Amino acid sequence: MRRLHTDIAIVGGGLIGSWTALFLRRRGRKVMLLEKGEIGAQSSGQNFGNLRIQGRHVTEYPLALRAAAQWDRLADLVGDDCGYAQTGHLYVALTGEHADRLRHTAAEANDNGVAVEALDGAMLRRRWPWLGEAALTGAWSARDAIANPRRVTPATAKAALALGAELLPGTKVVSVAQTGGRFVLETDRDLVVESEVVVNAAGAWGTEIAAAFGETVPLFVAGPPQFVTDPLPYFVQPSVQAVDGSVIFRQTKRGNIVVAGYPRTATDKLSNRAPVPPLKTVATMRVLATLVPTLASATVIRVWSGIEGYLPDMLPVFGQSQAVPGLFHAFGFCGHGFQLGPGVGLVLSELIADGESPTPVAPFGIERFQNDVAADAKFRSEFDAG
Amino acid sequence: MAAACVLAQHGQRPVVLDEAERPGGQAYRLPGAGLRHGAWTPSGQKAQAARLHAMFAAVADRIDHRPATLAWHIHDGMAHVLRHGVRAGVERFDTVLLATGATERLYPVPGWTLPGVTTPGGAQTLLKDQGCLVGQRVVFCGSSPLLYLAALQYARHGAEVAAVLDTTPRARRLHALPALMAAPGLLMRGVAWMAALRRRGVPLRSGVELRRIEAGEGARRLVWVDAAGREQQLSIDAVALGFGLRSETQLAQLAGCAMRFDAASRQFLPQADLDGRASSGVFVAGDGAAIGGAEAAEISGRLAAWAILGELGAPAAAPEITRLRARLHRLRRFQAGLQTAFAVPDALLAALPDDTPICRCERIDAGTVRQTIRGYVGAIDVNRAKALTRCGMGRCQGRFCAPVLAALVAAERGVTLEQAGWLRAQAPVKPLPLAASLADG
Amino acid sequence: MTARFQRAIPAGGRRVSVWLEGVALEAWEGESLLAAILTQRDCLPGDGPEGARAGFCLMGACQECWVQLEQAGPVRACTTKVADGMRIGPYPIRLA
Repeated sequence: MRRLHTDIAIVGGGLIGSWTALFLRRRGRKVMLLEKGEIGAQSSGQNFGNLRIQGRHVTEYPLALRAAAQWDRLADLVGDDCGYAQTGHLYVALTGEHADRLRHTAAEANDNGVAVEALDGAMLRRRWPWLGEAALTGAWSARDAIANPRRVTPATAKAALALGAELLPGTKVVSVAQTGGRFVLETDRDLVVESEVVVNAAGAWGTEIAAAFGETVPLFVAGPPQFVTDPLPYFVQPSVQAVDGSVIFRQTKRGNIVVAGYPRTATDKLSNRAPVPPLKTVATMRVLATLVPTLASATVIRVWSGIEGYLPDMLPVFGQSQAVPGLFHAFGFCGHGFQLGPGVGLVLSELIADGESPTPVAPFGIERFQNDVAADAKFRSEFDAG
Repeated sequence: MAAACVLAQHGQRPVVLDEAERPGGQAYRLPGAGLRHGAWTPSGQKAQAARLHAMFAAVADRIDHRPATLAWHIHDGMAHVLRHGVRAGVERFDTVLLATGATERLYPVPGWTLPGVTTPGGAQTLLKDQGCLVGQRVVFCGSSPLLYLAALQYARHGAEVAAVLDTTPRARRLHALPALMAAPGLLMRGVAWMAALRRRGVPLRSGVELRRIEAGEGARRLVWVDAAGREQQLSIDAVALGFGLRSETQLAQLAGCAMRFDAASRQFLPQADLDGRASSGVFVAGDGAAIGGAEAAEISGRLAAWAILGELGAPAAAPEITRLRARLHRLRRFQAGLQTAFAVPDALLAALPDDTPICRCERIDAGTVRQTIRGYVGAIDVNRAKALTRCGMGRCQGRFCAPVLAALVAAERGVTLEQAGWLRAQAPVKPLPLAASLADG
Repeated sequence: MTARFQRAIPAGGRRVSVWLEGVALEAWEGESLLAAILTQRDCLPGDGPEGARAGFCLMGACQECWVQLEQAGPVRACTTKVADGMRIGPYPIRLA
C-alpha cells in the first residue's frame, strides 16, 4: 500500500479540477489531481462548447466575468488556443412569450456589466440573412465566445502538469475521511493519498464525497442531447440559441454545425451511459431546419450526450463545506460550467491560498440545501418529465 | 434472405429492412436493373445465388419486405429508419436479426486518397451493378481472396488487368493450407481463379510491398517492391486496394450487444453463440456477425432463424440444425485459414510516412495521430484517440480509418490490438439528412 | 482524362437527361448518379480529401460521393439512380 502526500487533493479530473490544479500551481501550492477515468472525458469533453456570458442567473455574473477575463488569455494560460473564438452569442425568440423573457434577460445582463443589444426581426435578418422568419426578436452579446471542449481540459491539465501538479488518471477515490486535521483518501488502486485540503470537483459524482461528511445535495443527472453535421461552407458566425433552449447551434471553423436541444434527457452515472433518444434528435433537427432553412440540406453524422449534474435551482454547489474545514465543493454546474471553469478554479485558489476571494460565492453554498430549495422555472421546461 | 425464408416457411411474418433497393447484399448482388438483360458474365456462386433469390421471391407474400429503408439507430425494441433517403420513421419489434454485412478493410498506402483509388469490392460492385469498369487499365493490390475474383471478373469484361499484387508472402499461404482444407471446394475455387488469371497473362505477385500511388502518365502510377526487393512501377488508370473485410457492428453495439475480440480477424465482433444469439431479443448473422463468406452467411442466417423459432416455441429441426452447425464450424475454420493466407500487413503500418492520410473524411495524417498518442497523459484507447485527433469523426463514422487508428494506438503504446479497444458506435450509423425530419414518416 | 469509368456492359434502358452544375448530361435509365457522371467526367462536383473527388468504396459505405439535388436535397451518388430532369450540384452546397 503506497501512501502519497500533498497539500491539496482534487477529486475529479474534469474542467473544474484541471483549472483548479492550474491556478493552485500558479500560487505555488502542492496539488494532486485524481480522476477515475481519463482527464476531461466526461461532461467536460462532451459539452456544447458555449462560453456564454449573457443569460446567466444574476448571481453568476461576477463569476462569469472573472472567467471571461481568463478565457481572453487562454493561449497564454494553457499554451493552446483550443479553438477559442469570440463569436458573440445570439438569443432568438420564437414566440411572444420568449420575446418577453428575452427583454428581461437582456436588461438584467446590461445591469450586471454585460453589454447586450436588443434586436427586432428586421434587424436580425439584416445582420444574419440566413435566419428564417421564425426568429421574432433577438438579444446579441458580442463578448461571448466558444471553444472546443475536447481540447480545453486536456490542455489545462497538461499545463498544470508542466507547472508541477501531480496527475493520477485511472484512479478512483473510494472513500474520504478526516482524522486529526488531515484528509485520507482511499482509492481503487494500491494507493492512499493524504492531504490538508480536498477539493470535491467530481462532477455528477460529487454527491458521494459530500455525503461522506453528512452533506446531502438533491443532485440529479441528465444529458444534453447533441449532434453534429457534415461540414458546410462557413456562414453561421455567432453562437445561436432559442430562448427556451429547443435548439442551440454554432458552426466550427471546419464547417460542422454543432447542435444541442432541450429537453435534456435521462443518463446513467453508474454505467457511464448517456444514450440519446433518437426522437429527440429528429425533433431538434426539425427546429433547426425551420429556424435556418438553408440547413435543410445538411446531414447529421453523429449524435451524443454527456452526464451532467443538475440541482433544482439550476445553480452549482460551490464553496466551503459546512461540515469540515479544508473541504471545498465545486460540482453540479447544471450544464453551464464550461464558461465558468477558469473563474471557479481561480476563486478556489484564492479561497484556499488566501482564505477569501473578491468574487462572491455565497449564493452557491451547499448550506442552501438544508432547507427545501425552490425549483427554478427552467427546471420544469428544460428537462424530460420522464 | 435465408433467415427470412426459414421464418416465413414456418409461419412467421418477418419484416425485412434492407438499405438496398434490391435483395442480395454484396455477395449475391443481382446484375443491375439498368443493364442489358443477360449481358453480365457471372463468375462462381451463380447457382447458389440464383437458388436463394428464387426462395426469397417464393416467400414474398409471406414477408413484409421494405427495400430502401436504412436503420440508423436501434434500441429498446425500436429501429429508427430513413425511408428512401427522405423520410424518418420508426419500426417496432420484439426480436431483431441484424445481418449488417461488412465493408472492406483498409490499410493506407501513400496516395490512397487520390481519385482513381477504390477497393476490389467497389470495383466489383460498379461492374455488376452499373456495368462499368473503374478504369480501362486496373491493378488489384493488397491482400484478400476478393482481389483475385474481382480481377478475373474485370478481365472477363474487357478490362486490362495490369497485375494482382499480394502483400502476403507465398510461404504464408502454404502455411495456411491445413486450415483451408476444411472447405476443399472453396479452396479449389480460389485456386481456379488464380489459374484463370494466369491463363490470361495477368501477372500475379506475392510478398510485395506497396510503396505509394501517385499521379503519372496514364493518370496513376503505383510504385511497389517485389519479393526480391526490386522497386517496380505500374502505369494504370485505377487502383483497387483491399485487405479483406471488416464487419459492420454499429447496429449490434447500439442494440446493446457486448463485444469480444476475435483474434483471427483482428477485430471486435458482437458476442454471440454459434446460432447467433447475442442479447435479449437480438440475433446476429452473416458477415456482420463474423466474416465468413456467402455460404457461411446463409447458414448463420438459417441457424439464427431456427433459434428465433425455438424461442417462439416452434419445434426444432434437430438434424438440420446439427448439419448446419457442423458446416458452419468448417467454414469458420476455413475463414481462419484465409486470415492467415491473406494477412493484414502490420509491417506496412510502421513504415508509413507521417504525411500518409489515415482519416480521409477529416484529412488527418499518420504523423498527427502518432504525435497525439505519444503526447497523451494516461492510457489512450481508440476512442480517446478519436476525440483528440478527429479520426473517425467524419461522415463515414470511422468505417475505414478505425481499424488503422486502433493499430496505430497499439503500435505507439506497445499494447495489443485488443487493449486498444473498439470504436464505440454512435447513431446515426449513416448520415441523416436534416430535411428528413420535415417529412412525415 | 475526360472520363474515369468505362462502360463494359451495355445499358438496357432508355436515355434520360440530367443537369450537372447547369450543363446537360445524357444518362441511361437505371444508372447510378455516380456512373452517369463518371462515365463522362473524371470527377464529381465538389471537393474531396485531395481536391477532386471520384468516390472511394462505390457501395454506400464511405460517404464520399454525396451530391446535392436541387429537388431532393443531398443524396449519395453511388446508391441513387438518375431520373429525367434531375439537377445535380456539389455537396456541400455553395451558399450565395
